[in-house]
Amino acid sequence: MFANYLPTGAEYFRLLPEMILTAAGTLIMVLEPLTGYRRKRFLGHLALAGLLAALWAAVVAYSSPGPAFNRLIVVDGFATFFRVLVIVVGILTVLSCWDFLARHKAESGEFYSLILFSVVGQCVMVSANELITLFIGLEVSSIATYVLAGYLRDDKRANEAALKYFLLGSFATAFLLYGVAWIYGVTGTTNLVDIRQILESRDVIHPILAVSTAAALMFVGFAFKVSAAPFQIWAPDVYQGAPTPVAAFMSAGPKAAGFAILLRVYLTAFGPIDQSWVPFVWTCALATMVIGNFAALAQNNVKRLLAYSSIAHAGYIMVAVATGTAPGAAAAMFYLAAYAFMNVGAFVVVSHISGRGERKVNIDDLAGLSSRQPLTAALFSVFLLSLIGVPLTGGFFGKFYIFKAAIDSQLYWLTILGLLTSAVAAYYYLRLIVVMYMRPAVDGEEELPPLGGGLKTALWASALGTLALGIFPSAVLNFAGASGAMLVR
Amino acid sequence: MTMTSVPLSWYLILSAVLFTLGVAGFLFRRNIITVFMSIELMLNAVNLSFVAFSYQWRQVDGHVYTFFVMVVAAAEAAVGLAIILTVFKNRATLQIDDVDSMKN
Amino acid sequence: MRPYTEIYFPVVVQIIIAIAVAAGMVGGSFLLGKKVRNRVKDTPYESGMQPVGSARERFSVKFYLVAMIFILFDIEAMFLYPWAVVYRELKLFAFVEMLVFVVLILSGFFYIWKKGALDWAPESDKKTEPKPLPAEASIATILNRH
Repeated sequence: MFANYLPTGAEYFRLLPEMILTAAGTLIMVLEPLTGYRRKRFLGHLALAGLLAALWAAVVAYSSPGPAFNRLIVVDGFATFFRVLVIVVGILTVLSCWDFLARHKAESGEFYSLILFSVVGQCVMVSANELITLFIGLEVSSIATYVLAGYLRDDKRANEAALKYFLLGSFATAFLLYGVAWIYGVTGTTNLVDIRQILESRDVIHPILAVSTAAALMFVGFAFKVSAAPFQIWAPDVYQGAPTPVAAFMSAGPKAAGFAILLRVYLTAFGPIDQSWVPFVWTCALATMVIGNFAALAQNNVKRLLAYSSIAHAGYIMVAVATGTAPGAAAAMFYLAAYAFMNVGAFVVVSHISGRGERKVNIDDLAGLSSRQPLTAALFSVFLLSLIGVPLTGGFFGKFYIFKAAIDSQLYWLTILGLLTSAVAAYYYLRLIVVMYMRPAVDGEEELPPLGGGLKTALWASALGTLALGIFPSAVLNFAGASGAMLVR
Repeated sequence: MTMTSVPLSWYLILSAVLFTLGVAGFLFRRNIITVFMSIELMLNAVNLSFVAFSYQWRQVDGHVYTFFVMVVAAAEAAVGLAIILTVFKNRATLQIDDVDSMKN
Repeated sequence: MRPYTEIYFPVVVQIIIAIAVAAGMVGGSFLLGKKVRNRVKDTPYESGMQPVGSARERFSVKFYLVAMIFILFDIEAMFLYPWAVVYRELKLFAFVEMLVFVVLILSGFFYIWKKGALDWAPESDKKTEPKPLPAEASIATILNRH
């Protein structure tokens, strides 16, 4: 089978985004020791150029969709959608980190390298068509993110965040891998399409118990990565302790990629045995929505609040996964895109107001933001309204499509609960807006620095993305619908 | 090939036992290094499963997967030990309960 | 079936080369090197640690750093085994792929080297030229210098 194997040019072309990102990340790593501290921004621009080139490559790679490298990788609409999404999150992170890093005197090439390597891992994850490739992508992404979480290495909280993220993350990966081993043992393959065919065929006797156990073990790994209950315990501490731009990145990129592989594995490979995995996805969705939203009510730290909100949103997306249908997958894709913009935007605002040493991250520190910096306050409100799910924002259509798909699949209880918890969520998001607009600034508060160029670009881009998805959702939704349907072919 | 070969189920049982020991170590041990070693034990238990299944299917794939898992485990070990070192430097403790400063 | 002598001929050649390289190194340093004999030279680990003492001493963090780097580069070499197995079938493709792999590893090596992770002595020690050891220097004085 391997003899005389030679990949064609088209196969390399399909892997172009990953190759560009790897080359750019390695180049930055090599240049880092050769660049003086004042020139580090140049490496940031290099990272941005690499990400933009990869974005272009991800789009043009879709002009020749198909499998590559012995079907380890597949470039389809689904992969392209998520590749573009994670690369855009990488771009927003690089743009928004400059002010933060300069403030903490921590600008270095390693930061950009690690962001690029993490994005490479996510790109491999979302285009993987095989479980081991998927695992490698997941680990490349995770290991880079573990380091990023502890990037400010003299900060005790950042240490703690990195430690918790690392220990729980690798624990979860071991479960995922054990599930992969069992799938390999039962089916003799790790290719997702082949697994589906074997599970579909009636003449092959496969032990359903072993396959269901494997599906459950793998779900533990995925649920950890997307911070779904009951495996969400790491998220609040890690988001709070990690540098805010990294928290923005973690809450959007790895989460989107995590949901992408969850959808691809469960809809494509485990589609024929959905009666065995839908119950635990259902339970997980329910628990995640309740825990995330109710715990967020009690938070005073904005980063921690956004962490719980991020758990809650994972719950809504889990509802879409629980449908196990193509429209559900499409709704999850749309939601993840909207979520990436609004959540990165919200974290970028927090990183702007947090100040040196990230001391000002409490809700009270938002007081009077509308008069101190009207633009920041207005954009923050857009993100928060979208997180609530107010019409004209991406968050609204995200929730709308998810609950529509859920009703079509007769998941009435999840829909009712989702709507009720969304109402709870409105309270804690609106509280932030009220503090920004209604409460006067504390006297003697030091002036906020003006928005830097990169920060401003990232904020505007996130806001435009949020609003564009809320006003013209059809283009993205149609693409998501077509690619989602390919998963269950 | 061999006169008496060990049945597949024995390997799988051993692998499951090792994996469970790893999970138990992760949950109940309080020293960070021991917790970390438990994770490595889990990964190696999975490796055993891969090799056993690979032998069962008469394929070489499972062996190659083991290589990948080992490399990933080594990369994880390097990053993990570095993180543990910075934690120790800043706190002078390796007890997991002492590393808990973030609450509301 | 080829005769054993033919099958094992490459092994014999390798053994001869290995002996020649080893002999060349030992012989070359014997002929060209300076010959110093004193108490320090005769210790089991010259300029290393004291071989006798408590095992519960604390090590410098440098040991861990080097150990971690060693593990990484050591394990990466594992991919050479499957590569070597299929090398004959894949020919140029395998060669180019491994070249890419090695270049990536080397850039990592370049990074840690330039970052100073491999410098054993701290910067301050390197600037001052090490004093020539007195012939009768004891192990203790050497250990105390660092």
